[in-house]
Amino acid sequence: MAGETSFPEPQLAGARLVVSARTYADFTPQASFDIKNCDVHKLEEGPPLQAVLTREEGLQYYRTMQTIRRMELKADQLYKQKIIRGFCHLYDGQEACAVGIEAGIKRSDHLITAYRAHGYTYTRGGTVREIMAELTGRRGGIAKGKGGSMHMYTKHFYGGNGIVGAQVPLGAGVALACKYLGKNELCVCLYGDGAANQGQIFETYNMASLWKLPCIFICENNQYGMGTSVERAAASTDYYKRGDFIPGLRVDGMDVLCVREATKFAAEHCKSGKGPILMELLTYRYHGHSMSDPGVSYRTREEIQEVRSKSDPITLLKDRMLSNNMVSVEELKEIDVEVRKEIEDAAQFATTDPEPPLEELCNHIFYNEPPMKVRGISPWIKLKSVS
Amino acid sequence: MAYLRSILRSGKNAVPAVLRREFHRTLPAAVQQVTVRDAIKEALDEELERDERVFLLGEEVALFEGAYKVTRGLWKKYGDKRIIDTPITEIGFTGIAVGAAMAGLRPVVEYMSFNFSMQSVDHIINSAAKTYYMSGGLQPVSIVFRGPNGAAPGVAAQHAQCFAAWYGHVPGLKVVSPWSAEDAKGLLKSAIRDDNPVVFLENEIMYSVPFEMSEESQSKDFLIPIGKAKIERKGNHVTLVSHSHVVSRCMDAAAVLAKDGIECEVINLRTIRPMDMEAIETSVMKTKHLITVEGGWPQFGVGGEILARIMEGPGFSYLNAPAVRVTGVDIPMPYAKHLEENTLPQIKDIVFSVKKTLNV
Repeated sequence: MAGETSFPEPQLAGARLVVSARTYADFTPQASFDIKNCDVHKLEEGPPLQAVLTREEGLQYYRTMQTIRRMELKADQLYKQKIIRGFCHLYDGQEACAVGIEAGIKRSDHLITAYRAHGYTYTRGGTVREIMAELTGRRGGIAKGKGGSMHMYTKHFYGGNGIVGAQVPLGAGVALACKYLGKNELCVCLYGDGAANQGQIFETYNMASLWKLPCIFICENNQYGMGTSVERAAASTDYYKRGDFIPGLRVDGMDVLCVREATKFAAEHCKSGKGPILMELLTYRYHGHSMSDPGVSYRTREEIQEVRSKSDPITLLKDRMLSNNMVSVEELKEIDVEVRKEIEDAAQFATTDPEPPLEELCNHIFYNEPPMKVRGISPWIKLKSVS
Repeated sequence: MAYLRSILRSGKNAVPAVLRREFHRTLPAAVQQVTVRDAIKEALDEELERDERVFLLGEEVALFEGAYKVTRGLWKKYGDKRIIDTPITEIGFTGIAVGAAMAGLRPVVEYMSFNFSMQSVDHIINSAAKTYYMSGGLQPVSIVFRGPNGAAPGVAAQHAQCFAAWYGHVPGLKVVSPWSAEDAKGLLKSAIRDDNPVVFLENEIMYSVPFEMSEESQSKDFLIPIGKAKIERKGNHVTLVSHSHVVSRCMDAAAVLAKDGIECEVINLRTIRPMDMEAIETSVMKTKHLITVEGGWPQFGVGGEILARIMEGPGFSYLNAPAVRVTGVDIPMPYAKHLEENTLPQIKDIVFSVKKTLNV
């Protein structure tokens, strides 16, 4: 079946355990944390106000978020060195969203997002190596260098989409397929506060609701659509209510546990046949909209600094774990060192791997097709395409 | 209407007994008269039965039985799950269909008219056509977009545009434009079985036209390959290349010219992309004269592409006269009948162009 055989098996992000000098028995194996209440719309109740975190989970979330953070910062570096070209939309600051969502769904569920997609490519099974090599346009890239930053795919992850808002009906279509095939799977459809005003999203709300499609619509509200703040773009900034007849909740997107519990709650709603549900994640991006945007003409440096010092998702998790004796400072440092090495190795690969060969220029136009001729730049140049 | 009558006459052996008063003549038992509409429906029915993953969606395809009755009976047979009525939200339901295709289903999207597909063009091109390439071969999209395209009597400017050139422009899409009932059936079945996005351009004028369907074409596995043209009429003096309803006009014009001893070779393109240039070139090498005939606008049209390729290919040195295009007039389609008739190529226009090209 299309798509079933093409993807390599996904990696479980951040699953490796750290060996520590202190024995396992010294640490608290799990703890319960209070999490913020979610505002709800057309729902009797919201997700629980407490979340249980085990040591393993904490280490995994930490490692994954740190990997995404470091990967994005390395991409920033490579972009400034002009090794990455074109569009590059970085996710640092929003890590709790990708990691929390993945913790709330199954690997066999589906997910689609827009162009700020490197974090999701990782949580959905892509390796740092193949993500970075795609950014640098090399043959070892996850899309063989053909797609770039905005067009990365893994099994049950449909990109990486460059047209604002287009991914939302696509995601509802994936959900339709889930329902049609009777698989008890759902699709998470992500979009930003900028995309939230798109007409096709409202068309999708209508059909998803009519046909009770198992999709979780998630608005990652990082307060700015490119350079336009939410108050300047939306007549109503209560994005969790904009699904109207679709129940919604507004979630603290900087707290990975909050995101996880809300996602579990939403997934339960979907899979019980109640149809779609909408989540708004309040989050923040440290970088500008893309690498060509310094990000300070429409917001203050003070604002960015304040979020970094008070609400950083990695710091939040780290503080929780340390203050509950779930992990040691050395252990986390060790993870940091390992992550740094992984990123360095990946960057090394991404800068030394060769670009895809010119002979493959025209490949992958059609699937399952005999080789065909492709018109080249002039009538004398005859090119070939294979599936 | 004169045009409709001419179409009925020229459909391959269509309605011979009635028009020629040969009541004693009967058709061989296995051959049937089938309208293009019914041929399309047969194709849909057979493919829905054959593959569980195939489903139809579009406006009024289920309970209304299709705005042009193409899908009549299918909802009663297959039910809500497989024949889905959508709200009037083209970009939304096209996106949903493409997403379903990405997840492994095989949707057939109906546009009540391809004019409405303009709202969905982003999904057809950016979400469907380009995805297999952008993903380096990871994500195929098996989907068919079908519906009436081009002129229809009296529908005026916003409902009469031909999109063959628009979609034919895009790598990653296959674009098919059937003429006869056999074309419609065989090509639609191939389109649905194709693992790539296919734009299937029907035509409202042709829906009611009956054609002979051979015994072979009545089989459930009858397929016509996408990308191969068909020579509907052999001739030695001039090559006429056309697609969709205009093929009927070319056949009529050929019959008129035959009386003057001019034998036209009429090529039915069947597929716009990938285009069968080999068939055109082979014909041009024989006839040494080429005229493309289409209903669409002239600028950047199907004919323009054919002529450019003839210039660049082996056919050029065989031409005894410049190749020309016969097209719709370069204006939005008017409503008044006389104006509308003079906006599309008529038999006399084709005859005139042939005689000019042959300098007779």
